Amino acid sequence: MTGEHQTLALLLFSAFVAVTLGITTWVSRNRRGSAEEFYAGGRLFSPMENGFAIAGDYMSAASFLGVTGLIALFGYDGLLYVVGFLVAWLVVLFLVAELVRNCGRFTLADVVAARMRERPVRIAAGTSSVTVSVLYLVAQMVGAGSLVALLLGGTSDAARAWTVIGVGALMVIYVSLGGMRATTWIQIVKAVLLLGGTIALTVLVLMRFHGDLNRLLLTAAERSGHGGAFLVPGLKYGGDWTARFDFISLGLALVLGTAGLPHILSRFYTVPTARAARRSVVWAVGLIGGFYLMTIVLGFGAAAILGPDAVRGSNAAGNTAVPLLALDLGGGAGSTGGTVLFAIVAAVAFATILAVVAGITLASSASVAHDLYASLRRRGAMPRSEVAVARIAAVGVGAVAIALGLLARDLNVAFLVGLAFAVAASANLPVLLYSLFWRGFTTRGAVWAVYGGLVPAVVLVVLSPVVSSSPDSLFPGIDLQYFPLQNPGLVSIPLGFLAGWLGTVTSTEVPDEVKHAEAEVRSLTGAGAA
Amino acid sequence: MQPSKGRPRGAGADQESRVQPLDGQAPVPAEEAGQLRYDDPWYDALASGWGESSGDGAQTQPMVPSARTEGETGAAAADVYLEVQRSAAFQEVRRRYRRFVVPASVAFFAWYVGYVVTATTAPELMARPVAGAVNVAMVAGLGQFLSTFLLTWAYARHARLRRDRAALELRWDTQELTRGVSGGGS
Repeated sequence: MTGEHQTLALLLFSAFVAVTLGITTWVSRNRRGSAEEFYAGGRLFSPMENGFAIAGDYMSAASFLGVTGLIALFGYDGLLYVVGFLVAWLVVLFLVAELVRNCGRFTLADVVAARMRERPVRIAAGTSSVTVSVLYLVAQMVGAGSLVALLLGGTSDAARAWTVIGVGALMVIYVSLGGMRATTWIQIVKAVLLLGGTIALTVLVLMRFHGDLNRLLLTAAERSGHGGAFLVPGLKYGGDWTARFDFISLGLALVLGTAGLPHILSRFYTVPTARAARRSVVWAVGLIGGFYLMTIVLGFGAAAILGPDAVRGSNAAGNTAVPLLALDLGGGAGSTGGTVLFAIVAAVAFATILAVVAGITLASSASVAHDLYASLRRRGAMPRSEVAVARIAAVGVGAVAIALGLLARDLNVAFLVGLAFAVAASANLPVLLYSLFWRGFTTRGAVWAVYGGLVPAVVLVVLSPVVSSSPDSLFPGIDLQYFPLQNPGLVSIPLGFLAGWLGTVTSTEVPDEVKHAEAEVRSLTGAGAA
Repeated sequence: MQPSKGRPRGAGADQESRVQPLDGQAPVPAEEAGQLRYDDPWYDALASGWGESSGDGAQTQPMVPSARTEGETGAAAADVYLEVQRSAAFQEVRRRYRRFVVPASVAFFAWYVGYVVTATTAPELMARPVAGAVNVAMVAGLGQFLSTFLLTWAYARHARLRRDRAALELRWDTQELTRGVSGGGS
């Protein structure tokens, strides 16, 4: 990477940071610090705005850089990821979005606690939400660190560390000063930038092949060196049965995890009604689906235009496929067009990371302040202090994420994201679906469902090849591996559902008919919704 | 209960929703019902009589925000919810929701799991050419995109035409009743 690239990329990125800080100060002027304002942005966003913000929250650097790279290297197996990422939205749309909007106020725990004894349920759901958020956050921070290291040439540890610290500091500023309103606008701006950049690159790829998708695929298959196998599943996840089960496990986690991600759930509270929540999901499905269709073209385009060797040469995991593709499409290294496109793509990737981490930090600070702090502290404190706690929690979560991001900087980003999805699907989804749809669900069932998914998911990861006894694991030296799969979803998601059922049937608590009636009427009609 | 003055009601859509009006509800005193505000739903939240004082509810909420009403007004409001839950109108809304969501969820989940399992276990089948470079795997993958878009559209349409109006009616009625029993909440 030449100095020109770096200067222009840094310039564009500084411009984005300046704009977002401007948004933060602008939206936080004259605002009372109410919880409604801080967690939900006043609940007055339009469906279109929220749809863009959801898309901005969801399309992470892992999909923009990681999945495109996977397609460029492994062909069809990368495409399987995008399918899971998109189909997951049907779970959100059908079963979660509207009902959660109607039942809850700010967090996942609100929905569950409405029917149960509040304290244990809030503590459980709050704990799992914070765990999921921190995992997801670490993935994004690690991604930011390696991206900067790659783009700025050197892979020096100091540059990486300062990037992680810088990203962490920025996200804490956005969230603690601007709350949901600033976060939402940052995500909208980012979604527009990301979609604009992706559309431009896709058009250039298609122009290169004169709009002939068939030739694009054939060229990609030919240059990959795998021939027809490049367009068929199996290059990455073929092989032995462990790899195949690993893929099925990942597929389940992807499709079921989205509906349990706290930062996605919290987005539904920013619109006035359930109908608006539904319409924002429809917007989001359109935007996200279009985006992923374009990443497929970009991935095969990178394979066809650059070839896997060039992609792998720059970054073994393929994370730099898109910036390299931009450089080539703009006219190659040294040309003005190439420099500009490369810088734009790099800046968009930074913007993507910043917007996503802001959303996650906000959701986890809401879980800490609204669920954990409120349940663990004695009652009777100043009502207003909850927002103050949330602001402090944002700083705390930021600090934890920076520390873990520095520790985990050599972990694979896509893996960490898959892990966050698996924990969300195991710990958050069962309790959410049971409390929305099961009349007889009890407090014990809710608590068991959360811990029964959370604990196996985390323990199985610790015992997996990711942590120990394989060359790319976190601690290659020690041998703790008792579980063969990298992604725990295949085992831990059913365990979460099973634990919830078991806890319910073994509890002596009689399910409260009245509260169930209230929850059901509220969830389907919106009566009394916050 | 009679529809009150000022209720937002779209013309000509009542044939669409065959929902019965709620019967057998505790009548609300006429003058009180007349004073109820049919606010825009956007702002309705703060005046919904959920045991939190209206207006600046967000500022005065207890540290553990409770989604339910406490105390004696709570018992009466709870009866309202039971009553609404048993009403034909609510059951119709719930039936329509479930009739769409249950089969559609089963269908897309089976289609997705089938796709993932086939992709990992039967690559030979997926490799079968369809046209040019396009093989069964490509068609199936794009089919997942297409089915997601179609189901999203179908769900939104179904909800808009078959549920929204009836659910909104129920929302007003329920809030009116809870306000009635808690002494005109706002």
